[in-house]
Amino acid sequence: METEDDIVKEFLVESYENLDRLDQDLLALEEAPDNRDKLSSVFRAIHTIKGTSGFLAFNKLEHVTHVGESLLVLLRDGKMRLNGVIANGLLAMVDAVRKIMANIEAGQGEGDADYADLVATLERLQVTGGVETAETIHEETEAQRVSEVLETIAAQVAEDIERDTVAVAVAAPAKRTKSTKRRKKSGGNDDTVVVQHATSIVERDSTSPLVSSPIHRGGDPAPLANKANSSAPSSDNGDSADKSPAQSSVSDSSVRIDVSLLDKLMNLVGELVLARNQILQYSRSTEDATITAASQRLNLITTELQEGVMKTRMQPIQNAWNKLPRVVRDLSAQLGKHIQVKMEGADTELDKTILEAIKDPLTHIVRNSVDHGIEASDVRVANGKPAEGTLWLRAFHEGGQVNIEISDDGGGINLERVKQKALSQGMINPEQAAGMTERELTNLILLPGFSTAATVTNVSGRGVGMDVVKTNVERIGGTLDIHSVLGKGTTLRIKIPLTLAIVPALTVVCGGNRFCIPQVNLLELVRLDGDRVHNEIELIHSVPVYRLRGQLLPLLYLDEELRLRPRRSHEERQAEECTHIVVLQAEDRAFGLVVNSITDTQEIVVKPLGQHLKGVKAYAGATIMGDGTVSLILDVIGLAQQGRVLNEHRDHSNGNATSSTAARTDRQSWLVVDPGDGSQAAIELGTVARLEEFQLSTVERSGHDEVVQYRDHILPLLRISTGCQQTSYSNDDSFGTKAKDSMSVVVYQHHGRQVGIVVGQIVDIVEHTLRVDEAVDSSSVVPPSQIINGRVTQIIDLGSLVASAM
Amino acid sequence: MSQSNFCTFHVGQLYLGVEVLQVQEVLKAQQMTPVPLSDHTVRGLMNLRGQIVTAFDLRRRLGLGDRTDGIPAMNVVVRTPDGPVSLLVDEIGDVLELDSSNFEPVPETLQGMPRELIRGAYKLDRQLLMVLDTEMALKMVA
Repeated sequence: METEDDIVKEFLVESYENLDRLDQDLLALEEAPDNRDKLSSVFRAIHTIKGTSGFLAFNKLEHVTHVGESLLVLLRDGKMRLNGVIANGLLAMVDAVRKIMANIEAGQGEGDADYADLVATLERLQVTGGVETAETIHEETEAQRVSEVLETIAAQVAEDIERDTVAVAVAAPAKRTKSTKRRKKSGGNDDTVVVQHATSIVERDSTSPLVSSPIHRGGDPAPLANKANSSAPSSDNGDSADKSPAQSSVSDSSVRIDVSLLDKLMNLVGELVLARNQILQYSRSTEDATITAASQRLNLITTELQEGVMKTRMQPIQNAWNKLPRVVRDLSAQLGKHIQVKMEGADTELDKTILEAIKDPLTHIVRNSVDHGIEASDVRVANGKPAEGTLWLRAFHEGGQVNIEISDDGGGINLERVKQKALSQGMINPEQAAGMTERELTNLILLPGFSTAATVTNVSGRGVGMDVVKTNVERIGGTLDIHSVLGKGTTLRIKIPLTLAIVPALTVVCGGNRFCIPQVNLLELVRLDGDRVHNEIELIHSVPVYRLRGQLLPLLYLDEELRLRPRRSHEERQAEECTHIVVLQAEDRAFGLVVNSITDTQEIVVKPLGQHLKGVKAYAGATIMGDGTVSLILDVIGLAQQGRVLNEHRDHSNGNATSSTAARTDRQSWLVVDPGDGSQAAIELGTVARLEEFQLSTVERSGHDEVVQYRDHILPLLRISTGCQQTSYSNDDSFGTKAKDSMSVVVYQHHGRQVGIVVGQIVDIVEHTLRVDEAVDSSSVVPPSQIINGRVTQIIDLGSLVASAM
Repeated sequence: MSQSNFCTFHVGQLYLGVEVLQVQEVLKAQQMTPVPLSDHTVRGLMNLRGQIVTAFDLRRRLGLGDRTDGIPAMNVVVRTPDGPVSLLVDEIGDVLELDSSNFEPVPETLQGMPRELIRGAYKLDRQLLMVLDTEMALKMVA
């Protein structure tokens, strides 16, 4: 049996949703004032609230909505056309309704605020239609009065209702009330200030995700409603349909469910997956046909159930974006800018917890764009840009992740100003500042305390800086990237992994233990046997590498990284009988992880590690395998950072900037080779396209030239040793341990053509600063010999070498 | 004068106790997955009815060497704000009901273990029962 409290609660829930939709519809109507459907929808929403509030004896609410409804009747019937003034009035009414509902929710009745002036405004709008003339002082006074009243409309409760067992909403106090002048060109020539638009923006603390709030299914997008096959019975909400008569039929096919119930389902499905794994494992070891068949069925059903339950928690990102147009509208009006919002991929779906987590960061980023990114109209026009700025919101699925991009065509991030600000705030010292790359400078704005609080008013004081945005994004396992071009615009990209808990993973064995590697990071598997281990694992700059189709892949040996055994020497590595390499992707780098053996792929439930183990970067969590044992899940990025494959460039601004400066300007990378006669030569690594190995047997003759067939082209070969004379390849032992039936070739690209430079042996890659004596003739193209690695080394300029051979 | 129940156990020569209400259960040795790169007091992870529980070796935490007699350790699973955690001990003792009048703060001349891990001691007939501060014991050394 429903008590009156329940009825009121439902009324509030539905009304909040209606109001949200109202906001969007009103904004859409401003662009397209003649949209009959939207007008009807707006009218119905207000009509509903009015009706129910009368029924529940909320008189103030009824009165306010009644006036609004009358105004809307005129609009709906075409007797009046929506313009900015009317929109402002209606939006003010929406805010007032929210405030009253917040009071009701907090158990304070309808609240004490007096809405007489708002009512008066709305009544007047019914007469004037929002078109004001300049003469009457009376109008001015009216406007002032309205603005005063609207300024006292303080608390605008944001977004969703928080519903917990105590059923008290947290209404955060209004941070600030702002009033703006809105310039409106009326039919006449003069710009007349007609209405002062009061906006209050409230910051709300993100509370813990455990607070449940009802999910709204159905509403505008029809496809959504079709997906609302209830996977759980709706508890006491079954008769809510009766109370909302004016809702479109689309919402009848949806069910409102407590999020906590869905969470419980998710957990149960997670446990079911583990149990299924166990049964599947057992069934593999038995011949019993019935068990095998039954477990197969169980497998199929579990997979589908898992997908289904995950879908229930998926919501379109539209739900996080729907507030943003209004935020942009209000803020840009306040700042006197013109900005339009474009959305792409609004139907991209995300898990609800992710949505909740990114709502605030998105709002903050958008506010930044409006505030600092997009310039004022006159500045834009002066720079040849359209007067109206554009803010793009893009969302799409890619590679197992959801990508969210927020771009603007504003002025971009002024790295110089950023640097100066960081310097003045003592975040970096001048030495570091001098050596920072663009990326490092851009990332400075993510540092705590680097907030642009000087200019933005109503975001300050709450610690909402870009660093909090970054933390929030990382907390859900995502990454944040900033890309900016001065004068053109800025793009922020957030990438978030799709599924939180259940992931497909590859199981490997290392040091007698099993480890799981999330499949999303997996590129491919390579197995090297016998001779290949010996030949194909190379040592470059003391890092073991494997050449995968020409690409050098740094190798990490998992048992060494986990300190299960001491580091091997290169010889030991080459002496392995069999090497399994798991090629992984960590951010934008690929690397190879060497393991003892590879088992299989399966779906695992990621369970977080306890507090005590969170500090170990190599692990992302743990899981229970089919046989009941616990396996650790590797964190690919953490492992890559630990193994120095990936720089921890997030923290770069504080640390290593100085050393990288030196590396860039003076030192270059050189490929050190033995040309074939036992001496040492060096080639600037930047000029090298590839390093290849060819079997001697593949060398063919074309006229006087030696060539090889290489990637569907003919690659002419040149030898360095005696400055490109063709000497026969000497097979004597001066080449040490290198196999004698292949040769090392440095591939060089010359004006679109490729040339292969044959060398005896590739020795090393070093960083070396070129030293030039003043005495040497500066007109000579080739720099003089250098001392590299303790030996006299001839510097080979590939360009001149090739040119002189042609 | 108030009574409290304590779950007692032996770690090396030490006789330790923990309030019974803190203890979720007591188990014999379980299969454990070691966690490379973790602090050496973390013996590994075990599967406790579907929950992954970290096992801490109290001997190592108290600075005692590992057991040489090959007898596997017992698990005392305690409740913490972070979830259940298992303490590996040598031997489980009885559950004792003790009177607070016999409780004394940590003696100055405490030997055999770090002082901050003990909340105090109860005088028993022939020995002292030291009350373990689980929170301190689990505070990561790393």
